[in-house]
Amino acid sequence: MNIKSNHFVLIFIILGGLISGYYIISSLVTQETDRTNLIISTTTSIYDTGLLDVIEIDFEAKYAIDILFIPVGTGQAIIHGQRGDSDLILVHAPIREYDFLVEDYGVVRKIIAYNFFIIIGSKDDPAGVKGRDIKDALKHIVDSGRRGESVWISRGDDSGTHTREKSLWKEAGFDVTSLVNESWYLEAGAGMLSTLRLANEKGAYTLSDTSTFQKFSKGTQIELEILVDQTKELINVYSVIAVNPDLIEWVNFEGAIQFIEYLISEDTQDLIANFGGDIFQKKLFSSAVELLKSSSGGIESQWIKDIAFLDGSECPPQYRAGQNQLYD
Amino acid sequence: MNMITEIVSSFFEALNLVFSGDSFVIDIALRSIYISGFATILALGFGIPIAMIISFREFFGKNIIKWIFNISLGFPTVTLGLMLFLLFSRSGPLGVFGILYTPTGIIIGQSILVTPIMVSFSVSALESVNPEIRNLAKTLGASDFQASIMALIEGAKGVSLAIVGSFNRAVSELGIALMIGGNIRGFTRVLTTTIALETRRGEITQSIAIAIVLLFTIAGVNIVMSLIKRLWLR
Repeated sequence: MNIKSNHFVLIFIILGGLISGYYIISSLVTQETDRTNLIISTTTSIYDTGLLDVIEIDFEAKYAIDILFIPVGTGQAIIHGQRGDSDLILVHAPIREYDFLVEDYGVVRKIIAYNFFIIIGSKDDPAGVKGRDIKDALKHIVDSGRRGESVWISRGDDSGTHTREKSLWKEAGFDVTSLVNESWYLEAGAGMLSTLRLANEKGAYTLSDTSTFQKFSKGTQIELEILVDQTKELINVYSVIAVNPDLIEWVNFEGAIQFIEYLISEDTQDLIANFGGDIFQKKLFSSAVELLKSSSGGIESQWIKDIAFLDGSECPPQYRAGQNQLYD
Repeated sequence: MNMITEIVSSFFEALNLVFSGDSFVIDIALRSIYISGFATILALGFGIPIAMIISFREFFGKNIIKWIFNISLGFPTVTLGLMLFLLFSRSGPLGVFGILYTPTGIIIGQSILVTPIMVSFSVSALESVNPEIRNLAKTLGASDFQASIMALIEGAKGVSLAIVGSFNRAVSELGIALMIGGNIRGFTRVLTTTIALETRRGEITQSIAIAIVLLFTIAGVNIVMSLIKRLWLR
């Protein structure tokens, strides 16, 4: 019995020793380098395209900073920023970004890219929204939904897309808090791709971003098509905001600024604009920095300014934390 | 039919992923084993003494404690994940240690998660050990502690089931790994968070393939445990 017990104990000592040895060595190895960590909480719609994996590899090769992307969604990303759990947030909900700046949690906001939200619906389009403007389209969906002919699926997950959906309903004159109680209005409580899958099953209408829809329609047999597209109300603007180092002293502000500089550099902007061009018919994102700089940026530049600017600027001077070189 | 072909093709993709030496899958699988294995060993460290006290001592409230461990067997992982997130968050009470978004954070979380399994399974194993063994050991001159160790060795087979059960629960949970680890590529991304991510990304085949890798991982660890049991615990 003694021999047996010795073996039993021995196994655990060896096992425990091996694992803790590996752990100690690996933690020593990482401590030896002078690289710092930059924690970025990001919206899933951009993360799930794979763009950020490309950016991470490219950035880490050029800078002595390791990026840790936490894919969570706009709502949670903002909470991470407020709690000081991330150094930088990458989000797409301008209204909430304003609050984040005004409440002093965020500084140095930069708009980096954009694409469009689209209204998706089944090809037979029971509410007849194709080609209408967005407010009109939403009204038709409500009418047809109340007649029991159409279904609307909302993300219902407090994401950037959900935030935009709620403001679109508001602008069209509807109260979302009462819409959710109507039988034709369903909340998926899921990511964009799951919501599209659900909409495809039910032949329902929904709001999507172009990049996820392109990914969804590639290689899948789908009953859905784009019904409303390319209007001001539907522009989808992605921006980065650093967490305010004066409010939360432990954040890696220096790293955050370096990452923002990297993002708005010409090379990275080209990388963003060309991403996915080899796989998808249309490019997934358009770069925003050059467009906003030039005085004659065209209609899309004006739309970004209308939808995503705060007091006539992407980041008013009092929220720039002295980083004025980023706003030339 | 469609689903069956999808699963079959995923199965081959899984084999392909593992045997083509695709380092990202191997890497994730090893990280899963290391994190959950470490968590299991931690839980073993504080679970077994608790189980021994509950099994071999008589004290007031013993049944209530047993009952608490039994109901915590079903504790939802997301709830535990959320509680630990608030605790480990930089503005939370344990924020200064910087364990949020690290493998260490997941290890601590999973070890808390599986401790009830370790305790409950071990208690039922130890309680079924013939009490005469402890008495016999004591009459042969063993101290109370030595006698308890004797009974623990006698119940080792049942305890090894507790270890396997704990590891299985740890390696297949999602909530803690997602909320405490943050699913960071190459750092805290484990098998379950990869499955969640690939499903959300629409890479269904990939995600089934990773799920098959997870099942193989669990099977592999279980086979190793039963070999140990067969060789040394009779």
